[in-house]
Amino acid sequence: MALTVKRLAHQMLENNAELENTVLIGLQPRGIYLSDRIVAELEGILPEKKLHYGKLDITFYRDDVRKSLHIANATDIPFSIEGKTVILIDDVLYTGRTIRAALDALLDFGRPSKVALCVLIDRRFSRELPIQPDFAGKAIDTIVTDRVKVNWREKDEKDEVVLV
Amino acid sequence: MKLSTKHLLGIKDLLKEDIQLILSTATQFKEVLQRPVKKVPSLRDVTIVNLFYENSTRTRMSFELAERRLSADTLNFTASSSSAAKGETLLDTVNNILSMKVDMVVMRHSASGAPHFLAKYIPAAIVNAGDGINEHPTQALLDAFSMQEKLGTLEGVRVAIIGDIMHSRVALSNMYLLRKMGAEVMVVGPPTLIPKYIGEALGVKVTYNLQQALQWCDVANVLRIQLERQNQPLFSSLREYNLAYGIKQKMLDGLGKNIVIMHPGPINRGVEMDSEVADGPNSIILNQVENGVAVRMAVLYLLAGREG
Repeated sequence: MALTVKRLAHQMLENNAELENTVLIGLQPRGIYLSDRIVAELEGILPEKKLHYGKLDITFYRDDVRKSLHIANATDIPFSIEGKTVILIDDVLYTGRTIRAALDALLDFGRPSKVALCVLIDRRFSRELPIQPDFAGKAIDTIVTDRVKVNWREKDEKDEVVLV
Repeated sequence: MKLSTKHLLGIKDLLKEDIQLILSTATQFKEVLQRPVKKVPSLRDVTIVNLFYENSTRTRMSFELAERRLSADTLNFTASSSSAAKGETLLDTVNNILSMKVDMVVMRHSASGAPHFLAKYIPAAIVNAGDGINEHPTQALLDAFSMQEKLGTLEGVRVAIIGDIMHSRVALSNMYLLRKMGAEVMVVGPPTLIPKYIGEALGVKVTYNLQQALQWCDVANVLRIQLERQNQPLFSSLREYNLAYGIKQKMLDGLGKNIVIMHPGPINRGVEMDSEVADGPNSIILNQVENGVAVRMAVLYLLAGREG
């Protein structure tokens, strides 16, 4: 996992070595473990650079409010995203609905010039919306009845990706 | 996690966990209200009717704003300008409105128990926005939210509720809520405005001495005298009430500590408190109003999300 995080961070720097005009936003609740690590990695590579890093909760933007209730988490975006390149970071990309909601939520904070998506796991054959990642740690092929969960040391004691 | 009830009829029916869930969700909505776009699409597919059989400024505007901030469609009903004035019953009115495909009802009524009655007969979720002298649950929730925001916790906080305890639905809802959340409560007022046995029934302290209550408390929640609900004289005059129970700046200065001043509005300045107190540095009266929108958004969101 450490290697994959490192690779994702370096991929972000490939086209934009100084991360000019770029902000990173982790998605609550489980995307922030990945974004925390990517930000730590980037800060190691670019020690003088002050990265803009925020957290976004999309609970109130979900399209399934009436089907199941989710608990809201904190949103913290203490900077303007107007005209910036935003890299959204989440753990698993599955149907694409979370990212759809995240785009809606993001646009309520301003008009970014570009939005990119970074995920650790891309369940590539399960999409319900036309959304693709720009940076993916690993693509896996699963069927809809599978459940993919990423465990993090900070929360679940161990770094691992499990199929349940 | 969801609420244990389908309706919000009163704090009496809520569990401690329900109250915690509402308050924590309200914190997130308060953040939404600081954004450039103060609006989320959560309840885009929900229609809510505001049924007001009794006058209101704050509660009604606060609910309406909360509904709009959640992107719900809203309908407004005011009894005085409606067919209720032609003799239509409450149940008929509501059934007619619901047949136009309305999902939730926010209602205020001068009869205690009116929303409880309605809950037995209609499928829509009901939010009580004040029923007679019974409960005003969203006010108690926003009071609790504001206290928690100011003091960090409700556990062990000492709250004095001052004034017309007998006729105040705000007082009753606050007492239920604060006791469930582990705060201590003392009620203060003239003996004619405090129901007998309230101490034993609700686990609150009772005093008729304002000074004693102010010395004891961390928070003073001051109520309006509900003259419209008193059908016989219960004290000699407003002036006399002010002399015995009105809060004056001089009293607060003499306490040797700061206490938080709250009031659910509307204030009768010079009766239950002086202007200096209402506008003073320890008053969070306008914060209460601000927080009302976030708390009502949380309630509507959690009740709408409970279906299905």
